[in-house]
Amino acid sequence: MIKARKLAYEYIRRDEEGNVEGIIRALDGVDLDVKRGDFVAILGHNGSGKSTIAKEINAILEPTEGTLYVDGIDVSNGEKVWEVRQTAGLVFQNPDNQIVASVVEEDVAFGPENLGVPTDEIHKRVDYALERVEMTSYRKSSPNALSGGQKQRVAIAGILAMKPKCIVLDEPTAMLDPGGRKEVIRTLHELNKNEGITILLITHYMTEVKDADKVIVMDDGKIVMQGTPKQVFSRVDELKAHHLDVPQVTELAYELKKGGINLPDGILTNKEFVDALLGQR
Amino acid sequence: MLYLDNVNYIYQMGTAMEMHALNNVSLEIPDGQFIGIIGHTGSGKSTLIQHFNGLVKPTSGTIYYNGRDIWDEDFSKKELRTKVGLVFQYPEYQLFETTVVKDVEFGPKNMKLDKLECQLRTFGALKTVGIGEELYDASPFELSGGQKRRVAIAGVLAMQPDVLVLDEPTAGLDPRGRDEILEAIFRIKQERNITVILVSHSMEDVARFVDRLIVMDHGSVRFDGTPKEVFAHYKELEEIGLAAPEVTYLTAELIEKGLPLPNVATTVEEAKEMIMRFYKH
Repeated sequence: MIKARKLAYEYIRRDEEGNVEGIIRALDGVDLDVKRGDFVAILGHNGSGKSTIAKEINAILEPTEGTLYVDGIDVSNGEKVWEVRQTAGLVFQNPDNQIVASVVEEDVAFGPENLGVPTDEIHKRVDYALERVEMTSYRKSSPNALSGGQKQRVAIAGILAMKPKCIVLDEPTAMLDPGGRKEVIRTLHELNKNEGITILLITHYMTEVKDADKVIVMDDGKIVMQGTPKQVFSRVDELKAHHLDVPQVTELAYELKKGGINLPDGILTNKEFVDALLGQR
Repeated sequence: MLYLDNVNYIYQMGTAMEMHALNNVSLEIPDGQFIGIIGHTGSGKSTLIQHFNGLVKPTSGTIYYNGRDIWDEDFSKKELRTKVGLVFQYPEYQLFETTVVKDVEFGPKNMKLDKLECQLRTFGALKTVGIGEELYDASPFELSGGQKRRVAIAGVLAMQPDVLVLDEPTAGLDPRGRDEILEAIFRIKQERNITVILVSHSMEDVARFVDRLIVMDHGSVRFDGTPKEVFAHYKELEEIGLAAPEVTYLTAELIEKGLPLPNVATTVEEAKEMIMRFYKH
């Protein structure tokens, strides 16, 4: 679905007079393979390069070096920009910046309308998309009246109505409260499982990625760790060195294991921990 | 030393909007303590700290700084504000100078100190918060979120206060920015041995650092003690919209399931020690 080879992106920093101050290499030789139907999570702190990848996949930024294919289309090919964006939809961090209409269903219809989809088909797609994100009962509401989590689900429905094969989400939960975060993550897993849509979730919350098929950790524009959640979360010291938030239960399990207590790798919930520890006796 | 004696603060007294923001608050804050203040939004935390340096005048009650009533006519509030330094929420919005050094120097310059003393204090403060020389001439607006905030803290620190109050200094930062701020605060405490008062929403952070924890609820002090004493009331904390650190719940669950731990833990290190002690036998 997504294939990157030695992908790099540089931008030039200029001072107020326009003189070049330096070159920042936001992505530095990234090799990435995301298979169709995968749920892949990218973790990293601000400035690690994770948002740059999202913009590359959506052809908002053009690679400085290397190649990037989205469903077989070269994103550097200027003529195919719209095809790329229809294949891989992008959801941003702030739901208020991506809602355009004053009624939920009109907002969802905005994408397919712009693609020139016939009216009957638009209706069908809006119904389908709202149902998938469980927002059908709000279809006539004003987006202003919705919670952050609901707004973000409307934004996802807007992408769904364009029938993408892949959805890329750039910190979609960063501005939501814990309840809203759970809603959005659950919706993404349902879309992945039931509709077969490839999901690329960019976040800095470790607890959101524990059910992903694959986790990628980025720092300084490079991929520094990757594997299943269990494999990645069993390397607590490394995660901390990359300034990621490690849940206390994961850290405690890791520390106990270092101290000689036999616990499985990558524990992420209290239940797993309690079961594993009490099973020792 | 700061001493609050039966302090009350009522907003918009005599109107329909009247609100009792502080309710008979009495507190003794000896020199050199590291104090955390927690409480949900609207509990009176911010109103409380604005009383510490005389930004707000209590409706009734007295505040003493080193034995003197700060609202006495001949008490210099200007001097008080250099002795009790307040770092507001999102302090980076208060940066305004063209370079980092100029911004930090602003406070000491206003104290009419000579040039050398101003510079010494400025460089010392920047060093303590971990801002390197390469950034001294940078514009504050080019820095990362965590760096900007550390510059703002340095600006207050350069006045060499005896008491440093920080209102949610890590709000809105990513994990890396948060770690940088907490490390800086910890260094301030270590190097200068002043009183540090940290208003925070993160129970994990206060549990790790402070000696004393004050819990505000509806304008009153609900709990006041060591983190261990306060977090033992984790069930009551939940009733007032707060929570204990994750690891407190985890150890409570272990105790409930029959593991004879001496008490609930408040930090990962403590939990590790307890469990190791038990399983080593």
